[in-house]
Amino acid sequence: MKQTIVLDLSKLPPHGLGTASLTWWGTLAFMLIEGTGFALAIAVYLYLMSLAPQWPLHAPAPDLLAGTVLTLLLIASLFPNILVARWAKAQDLRKVRIGLIVMSLLGIAPLIVRVFEFPAMHINWDQNAYGSIVWVMLGLHTTHILTDLIDTLVLTALMFSRHGDNPRRYGDISDNAMYWNFVVATWLPMYICLYWVPRL
Amino acid sequence: MTPLDNVADLRDTDLNDVELDRRLASTWATPKGVWGALSTVDHKIIGRRYIITAFVFLALGGILSLAMRLQLAQPEARFIGPDRYNQIFTMHGTNMMFLFAVPVMEAMAVYLVPLMVGTRNIAFPRLNAFSYWMYLAGGLLLWIAFAIDTGPDVGWFADVPLSGPQYAAGKRADIWAQMITFTEVSALAVAVELVVTVFKQRAPGMSLDQIPLFVWSMLVTSFLIIMAMPAIMIASTALILDRLVGTQFFNPAEGGDVLLWQHLFWFFGHPEVYIIFLPAVGMVSTIVATFTRRPVFGYLGMVMALIATGILAFGLWVHHMFVAGLPRLGESFFTASSMAIAIPAGLQIFCWLATIWAGRPVFKTPFLFVIGFMVIFVIGGMTGVMVASVPFDTQVHDTYFVVAHFHYVLVGGAVFPLLGAIYYWFPKITGRMMNETIGRWAFGLIFTGFNLTFFPMHILGLQGMPRRIYTYQPEMPWSGLNMFVSLSAVILAAGFLLFFIDAIRSALSGPVAPANPWCASTLEWATSSPPPAYNFSRMPVVGSLEPLVDNSGALPVASGLFVDRRELVVTSVVGALPEARESSPGDSIWPLWSALATTVLLIWSIFTPWAVVWGSVPLAIALTGWFWPKGTKEDDA
Repeated sequence: MKQTIVLDLSKLPPHGLGTASLTWWGTLAFMLIEGTGFALAIAVYLYLMSLAPQWPLHAPAPDLLAGTVLTLLLIASLFPNILVARWAKAQDLRKVRIGLIVMSLLGIAPLIVRVFEFPAMHINWDQNAYGSIVWVMLGLHTTHILTDLIDTLVLTALMFSRHGDNPRRYGDISDNAMYWNFVVATWLPMYICLYWVPRL
Repeated sequence: MTPLDNVADLRDTDLNDVELDRRLASTWATPKGVWGALSTVDHKIIGRRYIITAFVFLALGGILSLAMRLQLAQPEARFIGPDRYNQIFTMHGTNMMFLFAVPVMEAMAVYLVPLMVGTRNIAFPRLNAFSYWMYLAGGLLLWIAFAIDTGPDVGWFADVPLSGPQYAAGKRADIWAQMITFTEVSALAVAVELVVTVFKQRAPGMSLDQIPLFVWSMLVTSFLIIMAMPAIMIASTALILDRLVGTQFFNPAEGGDVLLWQHLFWFFGHPEVYIIFLPAVGMVSTIVATFTRRPVFGYLGMVMALIATGILAFGLWVHHMFVAGLPRLGESFFTASSMAIAIPAGLQIFCWLATIWAGRPVFKTPFLFVIGFMVIFVIGGMTGVMVASVPFDTQVHDTYFVVAHFHYVLVGGAVFPLLGAIYYWFPKITGRMMNETIGRWAFGLIFTGFNLTFFPMHILGLQGMPRRIYTYQPEMPWSGLNMFVSLSAVILAAGFLLFFIDAIRSALSGPVAPANPWCASTLEWATSSPPPAYNFSRMPVVGSLEPLVDNSGALPVASGLFVDRRELVVTSVVGALPEARESSPGDSIWPLWSALATTVLLIWSIFTPWAVVWGSVPLAIALTGWFWPKGTKEDDA
């Protein structure tokens, strides 16, 4: 088909940032998928609770310490996380490198605390449906901490490599930071559900 | 070597048309050979693979249904035993839903949506390659398991406790549940790609009210996939956990609940129907517009109907559970919502009728399939309103009436439009036309065969014949109609055979197709048939719903893009205003390695939970290899 040129795009930037970035939207879509998964897990928890004669089923309410420490740790991690996103936006390589190392450590720390959360439930996954759902909820969220940690570690390595100082990488870092906010945000309803709903 | 080879950052403005095509081809083309085939990320090649694979699964599923019809043709037949029969009907349903219907609709979108919105590749093309390999692996898992007598035998919705650890020994149910994981991963990946492609890669100027209806339907479908499929992932994971490590989700003795399975399954399963149906609606709108030579009547109403159907789809699932003993009030609510879905469906039917009424219809094969769709789907819709009523449903639940109903809705509602769509887009995909005469015969045989096969099943159901029985006694009043149905199935199969022969023959030696053989109005017809690797030599600029009709002289395009890296335009969500010239990732073998690593992990984890731990190591390595920059021009910013 014959063409008539009506528009010149040569002045556009060679890479989209923020909402002009495809990966930003992709990350958002994956957050929607996983957010639905988390919501359904909570729905299953409440469904099973609605059927049970008493709740928790044949177990005392979970110990609060580990879960609460983890929650505070996750909330605290939001501050450096937001700073990393800000530095990535400013494309400040040195600060981003430091920030990523901090965020890597703040990804490892909750995993250590998480180890103590499973026994704090006072029930095993195979004892009854209550045990099954709490283990699956903790497992589901742990997977998310773990995947984001691996992502952060790979990005940290990248930023110390020759590929680091590139607007694309800074975009990846802000997307990763956004995803960590999501990992923290999804934990809060899970925390209330796992630790406080049984105390109602 | 020309002087231009030394110019850094060469742009399309520097080149004449011939030179531009040559350079874009060298930037975008998939290299020849096995390695090129395994690492390609071209949405057209992957889409074509997806479509062909899905049709192979359709043929295999069709053969299973013929086997069932052979067995049921007469009472107490000995052709298939009960155990094999259980596997066959489970395989038929599972295969048709998860390996044919959903993937084929997404496959059509993978091929067509980037062309219809005027871009050069789908968003996240490597994820697209990954999704195809995952789909293929899931399909192979199911069929190889069936070939070695380990095919699932618990029905396509695998109700517990039948599929649970107590009643389903062996690995058959696990194969079903893990096949779900494969196909859902691939479906979700494609859904994300489509959402981002439609949101961010539309041609400059293609504002929301100028998006082709097929693209709208795929956008709504993609959101349905995103919201519905996590439910089946959670359900199938819980099932595998119950079976493998002894969780108690579905065990009432330990606080679990069998109806939890049905809730989770149908919270996905009902939207699934619309995941299959809405793309078909988009195909119908496209074909109706082209073959009546006018835009579809009531564009805004059509878009609103798509969205309304998408929302209502999540409020219907309990109508699959009317005999499960739920509270009356809940059942009444779901009866009302099930009947309400007839409103957007009816609105669309009337809009199409108005379009045909006001247009100048041309009765070519694609349009014949659309008319077949309207007849069959309306009948299926009417029996749908019937089974939405609890007292009626209680009578016909699990009988052939329901079998007849859902084949009318699914085959009528999705397969007929799909076949029309294949005839319609075949020239674009292959560069060759299908045969009009054979097409009419295929349509006639499929339409007649379908109705003769499935209409009598309504009567069989009302006469009390249950579904999923491998045989029946001669005293039952069903044998005459069953023989009739089985003979009619041969007509139906002959129609499909003719379609397959026509498709293969035409792909090899059909008449060469021009760029726009149907005088259609959407962007995919602005480029050659088949399109070059880069789709459009310059990015189209859109100013109306029918860009090819309103610019019959020349296509308005944009210039200024690099030609030595894969580049496309990112535009804003609402107005499609240009925001950036973005690179599109090049070919890569890593999606294949990642899919293989995922396949090992998923199949291994049917046998031991430790597979999740050890299997994730190669997966993490493959994913890191995938994302690690290779210093290509596409990585520049």
